[in-house]
Amino acid sequence: MKKLLGLGLAGAVAFAGLATGASAQQKTLDTVKARGTVNCGVAPGTPGFSNPDDKGNWTGLDVDFCRAVAAAIFDDPTKVSFKPLTAKERFTALQSGEVDMLSRVTTWTLSRDSAMGLAFAGVMYYDGQGLMVPTKLGVKSAKELNGASVCVATGTTTELNLADYFRSNNMTYKPVVFEKAEELNAAYEAGRCDVYTTDASGLYAQRLRFKDPSAHIVLPEIISKEPLGPVVRQGDFQWFTLVKWTYFALLNGEELGITQANVADMAKSTNPEVKRFVGAEGEFGKGLGLTQDWAVRIIKGVGNYAEIYERNVGPNTPLKIARGINNLWNKGGLQYAPPIR
Amino acid sequence: MALADETRVPGAPRNSALDWLYRREGRQIIGQVLIVIILGAFLWMVVSNTIYNLQKQNIASGFGFWDNTAGFDISQTLIPYSATSSYGHAFWVGLLNTLLVSVIGIVFATIVGFSVGIARLSNNWLVARLATVYVEVARNVPLLLQLFVWYFAVLKNLPGPRDSIQLPGGSVLNVRGLSLPAPVPQSGAGMVLVAAIVGMVAMIALNVWATRRQRETGQPFGRLLPSLALLLGLPILAAALMGFPFTFDYPVLRGFNFQGGIVVLPEFIALLLGLVFYTGAFIAEIVRSGIQGVSRGQKEAARALGLTSGQMLKLVVIPQAMRIIIPPLTSNYLNLTKNSSLGVAIAYPDLVSVFSGTVLNQTGQAIEVISVTMLVYLTLSLSTSAFMNWFNSRMKLVER
Repeated sequence: MKKLLGLGLAGAVAFAGLATGASAQQKTLDTVKARGTVNCGVAPGTPGFSNPDDKGNWTGLDVDFCRAVAAAIFDDPTKVSFKPLTAKERFTALQSGEVDMLSRVTTWTLSRDSAMGLAFAGVMYYDGQGLMVPTKLGVKSAKELNGASVCVATGTTTELNLADYFRSNNMTYKPVVFEKAEELNAAYEAGRCDVYTTDASGLYAQRLRFKDPSAHIVLPEIISKEPLGPVVRQGDFQWFTLVKWTYFALLNGEELGITQANVADMAKSTNPEVKRFVGAEGEFGKGLGLTQDWAVRIIKGVGNYAEIYERNVGPNTPLKIARGINNLWNKGGLQYAPPIR
Repeated sequence: MALADETRVPGAPRNSALDWLYRREGRQIIGQVLIVIILGAFLWMVVSNTIYNLQKQNIASGFGFWDNTAGFDISQTLIPYSATSSYGHAFWVGLLNTLLVSVIGIVFATIVGFSVGIARLSNNWLVARLATVYVEVARNVPLLLQLFVWYFAVLKNLPGPRDSIQLPGGSVLNVRGLSLPAPVPQSGAGMVLVAAIVGMVAMIALNVWATRRQRETGQPFGRLLPSLALLLGLPILAAALMGFPFTFDYPVLRGFNFQGGIVVLPEFIALLLGLVFYTGAFIAEIVRSGIQGVSRGQKEAARALGLTSGQMLKLVVIPQAMRIIIPPLTSNYLNLTKNSSLGVAIAYPDLVSVFSGTVLNQTGQAIEVISVTMLVYLTLSLSTSAFMNWFNSRMKLVER
């Protein structure tokens, strides 16, 4: 009954939002400035990406991206109001205007771009779907999983990839579909499923929350491409460009060696690329609807991409994920940003 | 005209063309027409605005997705379904799962409710107190919480597939559910089905005949045993004559899980237990109040006539109590059906989980999906209501 009520409410909100949202189009930035905070949809609990710490502060790669956007607009990374959303709720919340953007491990796909009115502003994290099993099962490869029960989250690309993978390998499986990570984890730990599947980074993250993380292994196969990135609504190019270039600024910052520690000194740099980055040359901030020092504000607020990565998911964090394909293009990875000029 | 004159506003001009405007009926009609116009304009505005904004935001609308490939699997399917089936197909799978747990839940909740309701009135101190404790606990703990308790209690206490509990008759119980042997009909099974249908028809005929005879002659007829013999005995006899034309598909441990047989999911068991335990408590209270609502004089009159206490309950108390019980009972049946949507929290693949969960998210068409879901629950509730109203009119006190 409560769920139904929630659904009805979600429907009503979506309906009301869509029915009255005409004037909200095109002007997300004005709305955000007037409100004084960025409403950012995040995952309710994925360590390393978005997770409240023991003091109730949100930490993670995804939430730091929300802070980067807030820093660019307000010169204050704390001006974010985080809205935890399950995978099922996220798109309706964005479509109806309840949040200004999503930064919650969301996979970029064609149908989301073409039929759902979403616009992906970039790929914060290149991921792929993995499978995790209890070590005591003795399974070494995903190919041995015929007939297994698989725990998966509802409303995700993961649910579809799983069906594709087993079908294309002529194997059967039994899905057990949950809405929230808490119940998913509890059911998997209670032995309801043989396999836990989600994005590989998510597997490492959720494993940290288990009673005995060492009793579970992630199988070597990666069964899909999962480019995860921030999402905005279609129809507001100014806002889309702002979010996109916030991401590019993080990457350019790393490429130019601009860090949270040295960003203040960089104002004196003679390097033309750095001069454009810090706003000493050109008028790039104006075009974005921001101030001249927009990129400096971002780096000052949250650091560059490398700093965000190392702080949240890198080798020195509990997740211990190497940069790999998320390294910069000139260091053998896929992260590449167009130049600021 | 005398009547019309009476409703005229005092002092209004007579015989004018606008005369009817000053009459009460005239004004009422104008008011109602205005309300309809305003309501219509509001609805039109909402709908056209929504369509405009959907198009502007480049969000697909309409029901074109209905026939597209779903691409996901569902753990419990009463009709054949695979990942290559359509979204429309997934909708029916979800709906049937909702109906399954609701119907079975209603049957068991009624049994639990009536037993506990009568137990609360028992003269046995312990029985009455135990029933009270059950009612108070079950009514006052939120259902969602109860579902988690049942689900994780069920999961925590059952062994893995390799250490399954073997039950008599080839059934197996483990954390993946209860696997029962599935009967596979062989040649001659058709005869058993025919016998079962004949038995059912004969039983109904017997009961109609017995009722009429009792009404006409006053002679009671012990109908329980003959009814049972017709309903169960006839098919069993037919099966014996045909040499038991069934084999069983026993669940066997193959790889990770037991394969074959009928599997009752732990999600289903937990949801059913939760719904029955919770709704049963409400029904118990309704039954108790219904029985207590029958006046003491009725019982005393029944005793004075020399009826046994069984006859008194069956012929005097229950028929009158039912009049009080049925209306609130109906709303509890409706609640149970709607509450079954909470199963989404414990991975039961009902309509809300499959359709307004996965399908909504894969298509992104919130308005269409939510509208259909609400329409389904509305239809289910109204049908239940209509049936119970019919039943209520049959049980009403016949006034002569």
